[in-house]
Formats: sequence, C-alpha cells, structure tokens
Amino acid sequence: MIEAQLLNGVALGSILALVALGLTIIFGLLGFVNFAHGALFMIGAYAGWVVYTQTNSFLLGIATAIVFTFVVGLVIERVLIRFYYKRPPEDQILVTFGLGIVLVESVRGIFGGKTQLVSTPNWGAGAVQILDLIYPAYRLQVVGIVALTLLVMWLILFKTRIGLIVRAGIDDALIVNILGINVNRTFMLVFALGAAVAGLSGIIDAPILAVYPDMGTGVLVQSFVVVVIGGVGSFWGAILGGLVAGEIVSITTAFAPDFGQVMLYVAMALVLIMRPQGLLGVEGRT
Amino acid sequence: MPLNRERFLKTAAGAAAGVAAGVKAPHIAFGADYSPIGTFPAGTRGDSIFVGLMCPLTGSYSADGEDLRRGYELAIRDLNNGTGVMAKIPSLAGKKGVLGKRVEYKIADSETNPNTAVQHATEFITQNKAIMISGGVASSEVIAMAKVAQQQKVIFMTGASGSNDTTGKDCQRYSFRSQCDAYMVAAAMAPILARVLGTKRRAIYLTPDYSYGHSLTGSMRQFTEKLGWTTVADVVAPFPTTDYSSYLTNIANSNADTFINIEFGNDGVASTKQAAQFGILKKMKLIVPNVSTYFPDGVGPDIMAGVYGTQEWYYSLADRYPLSKLFLTDFQKMFPGVIPRWTAHIAYTQLAIWADAVTRAKTFHPPTVIRTIEAGKPINLMLGSVHYRAGDHQLVRPVPVVVGKSRNEMQNKDDWFRVVDIVPADKVMQPLAETSCKMPSYT
Repeated sequence: MIEAQLLNGVALGSILALVALGLTIIFGLLGFVNFAHGALFMIGAYAGWVVYTQTNSFLLGIATAIVFTFVVGLVIERVLIRFYYKRPPEDQILVTFGLGIVLVESVRGIFGGKTQLVSTPNWGAGAVQILDLIYPAYRLQVVGIVALTLLVMWLILFKTRIGLIVRAGIDDALIVNILGINVNRTFMLVFALGAAVAGLSGIIDAPILAVYPDMGTGVLVQSFVVVVIGGVGSFWGAILGGLVAGEIVSITTAFAPDFGQVMLYVAMALVLIMRPQGLLGVEGRT
Repeated sequence: MPLNRERFLKTAAGAAAGVAAGVKAPHIAFGADYSPIGTFPAGTRGDSIFVGLMCPLTGSYSADGEDLRRGYELAIRDLNNGTGVMAKIPSLAGKKGVLGKRVEYKIADSETNPNTAVQHATEFITQNKAIMISGGVASSEVIAMAKVAQQQKVIFMTGASGSNDTTGKDCQRYSFRSQCDAYMVAAAMAPILARVLGTKRRAIYLTPDYSYGHSLTGSMRQFTEKLGWTTVADVVAPFPTTDYSSYLTNIANSNADTFINIEFGNDGVASTKQAAQFGILKKMKLIVPNVSTYFPDGVGPDIMAGVYGTQEWYYSLADRYPLSKLFLTDFQKMFPGVIPRWTAHIAYTQLAIWADAVTRAKTFHPPTVIRTIEAGKPINLMLGSVHYRAGDHQLVRPVPVVVGKSRNEMQNKDDWFRVVDIVPADKVMQPLAETSCKMPSYT
C-alpha cells in the first residue's frame, strides 16, 4: 500500500504547491504577509461554483475563478494593501487577517453557511486502475492541471518582462526602484496574480473538499508551512515544499493517522533549525 | 433567611416527604426553600433572564450550527411573544416570556471546538449569569459543556450530540440530550437494513476519531453484526480532516461491499465526495447512519439516491405531526426561503421542554427544574409525545429512518428524503441498566 500513499502524497502535494505558490509570489516580491490568502482560495471556489452550477461547465468555472480573484486582487491592492507596503509586518498581518474575515463573512452573508455542491466534472469522474491500485481520475488530472499552471507561471515569471521585474524585485526591490521602473503597477499585478493562483487552487480543490465559507482556514496554515519548508519567495521552493509536505502527511497518515498534521509542523521546525532560509531559499532574505 | 416557624415546618415536611419517597432528605429540603445554587437566584432577579446559546458558526460543523441558531431564534421569539408551537404547550399557552420574564440571549461561536465552547459557556455563566445554557453540535463540544454545567450547577440543554457517552459514561445531572443517541440510530436502522440489504454484508467504516465517531461505529457494529454482517475494517481518521485520500485508499482496495460513513458535517461531505472519486460508491452500498443537516446539499442527488440513514427530524414529518407543520410554517415566515433542518428542531425542542418545566415548577431553581423534567411527564411536540428518562437524561422519542431520493423524485431543492419508517421509542431505547451513566448529584 506504500505506493498508494506515495501517489496520494504527490496529489496532495501538488495542490499544496499551487496554493503556496500564490502566497510565495506575493511574499517574495512584496515582502508582504497575506493572511487573506485562504479567503481568496475560498472566493475562487465560490466564484467557480456559481458559474459551474449555471453553465454545467467546470472549465468555465475555472476561468471565472481565475478572472474573478484576479480582479478582486487588483481592487484589494489598490484600495487597501498598497498603503501597507511600508508598514511593519504585524500591521500587514492584522489588516490582511481582518480582510480575510470580511471576505469570509461577506460570502456567508450572500450564500449562507451551508455546504455547497461542487461535483466532480464529468471528465474527472470515476477511478482508474494503476497496476493493482484503484485511484481517482480527478486527482491525477489535478496533478496535470497543477503542472500546467506551474509551467504557465514559470513562463510568466521567467520569460516575460514583468517576470524579469518581479524576479529582480525578489532579489532587490531597491535597485529596481532606482532603475526607474514603475514598481507600483508591477506590485499591483503581482498581488492580483497571487490572488488569481489562490482562486484557481480554490476551484480546483472544490470537487474534493466541502465547499463552505471557512474552507480556506486550514489551507492558509498549510500553505504557510509549505512556504517555510520550501523557502520564502522561491518558485521551485513552493513546488518542492508542497511535494515534501504532501508526502510527509500521506506517509505519516498511513502509519499513525493522528500524527499526519503534527509531522508537518515537526518538519517545518526541523527546516527552520537546520536551514532557516528553507530548502531552496536564498540565505539572507527574510 | 432567619429560621422562623414557617421555614421550620416547610423543611420538616419536605424531609418527611423525602424520606417517605425514599429520596435523600436534604435534597427535598433544599428544593423546598430554593437555596442559592449556580446562577440562581442572581440571574433571575430582574424582569428578564439570560440564556447562553452556543452554535458552531465556523469550522467543520458550521452549516449545522447555523441551522441550530435559527431554531433558537424562532424558539425565543415564540417564548417572548407567546406564539407558535410554544403557545400550544398547555403550561405556556397564553403566557409571554418564561415565568413572566423576558428571555434575553446571546449566541456564541463555538468554532466546532470544545475548548472554545467551554470558554464561552463559562463566560455566559459568570458574566451574564445565564440561568440556562444550550447548544453545541459536536459531541466533543457538548460533553465538555455538560461538565461545565454540572460544575457550575447551571442547566444545559444540549444541542446536537449523537454519542452514547453524552447520556452514558459522561452523563450529567444538569445536562439533557434530546437527539437520538448512537444506540437508538443503530437499533432503528438495523431491521430496515436487514430487510433491504440482507444479512450477508461485508461492511467497512470510516470513523471520526472522537466520542461520537467511536460511539456510532460501535453501535452500528453491535447491531449489524447481530444481523449476520461482518465488519471488514474500521478506518479511523482524526477530527477534523479535509483530505481523506490516505484512508479511502484502504477502503477502495478492500473487499467490503458496504461503506458505512460515520463522518459528519463538512467532514462527511468531503469524505463522501472523495469516496465517489475513488470509485468506492460504485462498488459499495453507501450508508450514512446519522446524516448531518446539509450533507445532501453538499454531495448532491447523484450520491444521495438510495442512501439509508436517519434524520433526527425531517420537514416532511409535517404531514404526520400537526406541531411539525406549525413549526415548519412559522420557521419559513421568520426565515423566508429556508426550510428548517434537524438541528433547528433540536434547538426549539430543548427550549420548549425547559420553558415548560420551569413554568410547571414555578421557579428557575435548577434542582427543582431538573426534578420536574425527570418526573417524565410527556409533552406533545414536533415528534408527538416525548419525555425525558430520569436515569440518563436521554429523551424518549421516535427515530425517523430515511432513504435518499433520486434526482427525478425530488420535488424541490430540500426534498432529499423519503421517510421509510418512524421507529417508536420503545423499540430503540437502550435499557437503562446497559448505559454506563452514573448520575452525579443535584448540588
């Protein structure tokens, strides 16, 4: 059964990697701690659910989730977040924490606290046989969707001019400023991009999870752990961190279910002690 | 109060009556002159009283908690205005408030977390001088709050709690549970499962790792194994859990033909959706013994069709019980577009039974109110005639067994179930001697 748990770890880890990527992009470039990330994850699930239910097309749901959370990200950045870039981290944590509550309660106000139905899309229904193992088709597709998303994000971040500025910003925001690049607009786009990735992971995860207003709470905590393990602000770190976290949870759960989540924090503590910058993080950056 | 002639006689008479009835004399004596206990009489001096209500509005059981909250709001409105089902209870008819006092309340979010629930319950008692507390959805919350209630000597009418322990090894003098316990659920379902699915099934369980989960799995195993079913495995997952793949892998690759999912609330929804993705529901018959309020909405009709389970109360019972009909009508007037689910029913039932007992006892004095409830006078409510059993504080009540309708059979978006049977209390109650309840004292 160990190969089943390894496979579970990859499936779980790829979702964690995607969620963490949104967080790490925002944190990496803007140095901004976004505690509303879990709420954006939930908003993505709800936006996708609304359209999916109306049109019966999960792909349209995914597209809606991406666009909607991107726009929400833009708006939030302009009216709130940008005033907090120069404030201390505790202010950023408080304001995004509060923002998360406002977003969650708004959704609760509109749709109520009941659990909403997001069924597995037709093309993801059913299980497949891998050797002697039965495994859900959708979870394998999720790994594919995540891989595709990561590829797109990699192209944006590493092959475009915006990506160049982003990465330069991750390395040294001051120099980018001195070079006379409009970092403001880049910041706005980066924040919205991070939000859109959160929204995308929300709708991708919706057929697997129970869809309700608090669904992002646990996700927020896990993605912070992934970011810390992988290395703050590191693209490959988020992916490696996600996979490591997924495998840790899966394998521990197979032997001692109660310790699945605990081991995740043990791993994080170990990384913080042995390699504070994270597995793929760069030393000296905080 | 100085010891005067009147009090002396009262005490003496009480003691004599107590001895005659075979009850410890001091209890009657305390009861007769209502000595201070818990928040009594401090919490009853004004022209209003305070009740503290606990609903998990966030966390795994938040959908159930929201329904619970609506039930409380309707119940308190009806108590204060002398309307609705409350007005149909003989003792309360034509009265506003409880013993003429307006009922004030606060609703706290227990977050589906026993520690938070205990913290809020303690605040209700110490700061608001709550004369009664009620609520909780997870048995872990309810059992923790019941301990606080017993310690503080404040009556606790539980919210949703399905564990046998709530009125078993963790029973409390100050706590009363109206929901059917795990034993009742299993006892009600077993004959129907035997009829529909036969006596040769191989069952596998998915169990949340706390009192409720182990209790319901235990009772289901007890009754189904008696039928001749075998238990392939009991797969235990921590509470709460969001990703069940590790557990479902074991279930999917087992040789079971029946999947009994004990998970509840949003955990029930997530585990069942994931089980469907694993192909488990194609090769195994799904049974959900205790279907949480918004479970069907979360998993949808394709999964729900043909699923057997129980509902503490279901709105279509309005066809059989006049007060269910009144409850349903009033609820929809107060919350347009919303149909009450069973946690709302629990909220209303519990407040009704408490208000009736206080009114008949003519005092808020907790031991006296408890004795009035324990006397077991039947009260006609939404499930017909019900009453509390003195020995373990479990409500003696019927259990509705239901089966999920298919998409085509559903008449509206809340029409999830056909009621298969309403199994009467005498067929399902666990004999008192078999419960492990050792009832603590009144004082």
